[in-house]
Amino acid sequence: MAFVDPGQIRDADAGQKGDVLLRVEDVSLSFGGVKAITAISFDIKQGEIRAIIGPNGAGKTSMLNVINGFYHPQEGEIWFRGKKRKALKPHQIANEGIARTFQNIALFKGMSTLDNIMTGRLTKMKKNMFWQAIWRGPAEREEIEHREVVERIIDFLEIQHIRKTSVGRLPYGLQKRVELGRALAAEPALLLLDEPMAGMNVEEKEDMSRFIIDVNQQFGTTIALIEHDMGVVMDLSDRVVVLDYGKKIGDGPPDEVRRNQDVIDAYLGVAHD
Amino acid sequence: MFYREAGEFKTSYKADQATFPIRFDRIFFWSVTAFAFLVVPFLINDYWEKAVFIPFMVFALAALGLNILTGYCGQVSLGTGGFMAVGAYACYKLMTAFPDLNMVPIIFLSGAVTAAVGILFGLPSLRIKGFYLAVATLAAQFFLVWLFNKVPWFYNYSATGQITAPERTVFGFAVTGAAAQPATTYLFCLAFLFVFAWVARNLVRGRIGRSWMAIRDMDIAAEIIGVNPLRTKLSAFAVSSFYIGMAGALFFALWQGAAEVTEAFGINQSFMVLFMIIIGGLGSIFGSLVGAAFMVLLPVLFKNIFVGAFGWPTDLSQYLQLMLVGGLIIFFLIVEPHGIAALWRTTKEKLRLWPFPH
Ligand SMILES: Nc1ncnc2c1ncn2[C@@H]1O[C@H](COP(=O)(O)OP(=O)(O)O)[C@@H](O)[C@H]1O
Ligand SMILES: [Mg+2]
Repeated sequence: MAFVDPGQIRDADAGQKGDVLLRVEDVSLSFGGVKAITAISFDIKQGEIRAIIGPNGAGKTSMLNVINGFYHPQEGEIWFRGKKRKALKPHQIANEGIARTFQNIALFKGMSTLDNIMTGRLTKMKKNMFWQAIWRGPAEREEIEHREVVERIIDFLEIQHIRKTSVGRLPYGLQKRVELGRALAAEPALLLLDEPMAGMNVEEKEDMSRFIIDVNQQFGTTIALIEHDMGVVMDLSDRVVVLDYGKKIGDGPPDEVRRNQDVIDAYLGVAHD
Repeated sequence: MFYREAGEFKTSYKADQATFPIRFDRIFFWSVTAFAFLVVPFLINDYWEKAVFIPFMVFALAALGLNILTGYCGQVSLGTGGFMAVGAYACYKLMTAFPDLNMVPIIFLSGAVTAAVGILFGLPSLRIKGFYLAVATLAAQFFLVWLFNKVPWFYNYSATGQITAPERTVFGFAVTGAAAQPATTYLFCLAFLFVFAWVARNLVRGRIGRSWMAIRDMDIAAEIIGVNPLRTKLSAFAVSSFYIGMAGALFFALWQGAAEVTEAFGINQSFMVLFMIIIGGLGSIFGSLVGAAFMVLLPVLFKNIFVGAFGWPTDLSQYLQLMLVGGLIIFFLIVEPHGIAALWRTTKEKLRLWPFPH
């Protein structure tokens, strides 16, 4: 309920800080012959920032795709909010409170910043086609109600000046920000961020880090974060899971992971982009 | 911040998302509307009715329908003619089966029947996209025309295979058949166009419109933010076909008075409406109306100017017209996919800054 009444109302079934929000159990995923994920288990706790790191092709994006139902793993289970999850479609999972951003920006290019972020509210808008057709009355009231929430997100992300700009015309860094805004608009219980800072300059990275921390601390949103910049990962995350060739090779607090020899060999030691 | 400082949230957002935020536009729109409803009915004659106004309004409804499906939801369709035929034949069957029924519900029901057929033919869109969907809708076009030719029940076993609109009234005024007055048919169509252009505008500005556009712009991302692709695409097919069905019904009952399916609702009709939305503007309500006006008025103008005033042979004038339309389609597809509507918007933005462009 973050942006509805900042800092006051908490999601009713969100549970306590520190409870396990999502658990991945023995998940394996392959594409034909390619094993993208092999028997991985880890959990994400309520209120934490959980980093997922690993070299390119390690299976990080595939993992997020499994969590938000875009891929269905051949083996393993996903537990969300203490319940084993059935094989749901991505749009159903969005309704369960999981939102994400993409490694390659996936905004709606034909729409403005405002409309893009408004699409994040679609799962919460309920007025049927009849009321929409009439507009005056219930549909318009609903629109304004959600517009108010979206305007708060626009203020929060400091993108007031591009509210009416078509997103196709925005520079890369701002597009990433709008995409975060769209995910935030859904007020998710779990927010998945796939390389939110890739391709950004230092200043943009600092801004984005600040937004991520603020979302986590002010609104208590649980975040799973894929990131290559180790400095950022060490600063932001509470716990880190490390993948390599589809296998989990490390899991724990940032400084513990940093000392893990397997992790050093696989990832930290070798040059990466 | 701007909105907070305004204090009263509701008024600001409401004004911000108004259809005509600029006062001049608002006044202009209502003046044109008042003129269309209050003045034109007294001036209209048979020629203006049958050659200009009724075809414009019929095709404007069809263009709105196709624009909802193609321009807003990104699903290409070449089945417009076939869906207009569904509307026309539904209208005919309803008119003959329920002679006492008012024409208003008949037009609505014709739209509803077409919406149901549209949903059926929209089902493949869940699996196929783009070019392949266009081919599937083309198949629907040919199938529907074939069906209305083949099954005599649809044309009540008439010897000619044609359907002919009997006389029907609304509030005692004949709107179909030989006795219908130009002003009556004009107002009847205008009321439908006015209401449903407004409805289309309302649908595209809110929840449903954004779901359509999300599917159009990136269907995978749309699904991941919670848009149900099945429901969304089928709702676009349904609404689009509803409009096109009403257009088909009006085309048959009020404009032509009689129809033979191959001739009236062939593939040409599908292309005609597609050209309207490309020239007028994909994803624009205003563009649908402009495109329809353009495509309806162009032959009238060519005929009056080149054939009438300059005395050119008819076929020469027609070739010239075809070349112009073809050229414009290519121009708009390459240079300005949002059509005349976008050109108009750019001009207005420049005007707003005039005379200090910087
Ligand atoms: N849709 C797919 N089809 C086939 N192989 C895929 C697909 N998605 C990912 N992979 C493969 O799975 C592996 C993991 O990819 P990915 O999860 O994108 O890695 P990361 O995000 O860690 O860089 C790679 O070898 C990649 O080629
Ligand atoms: Mg990746």
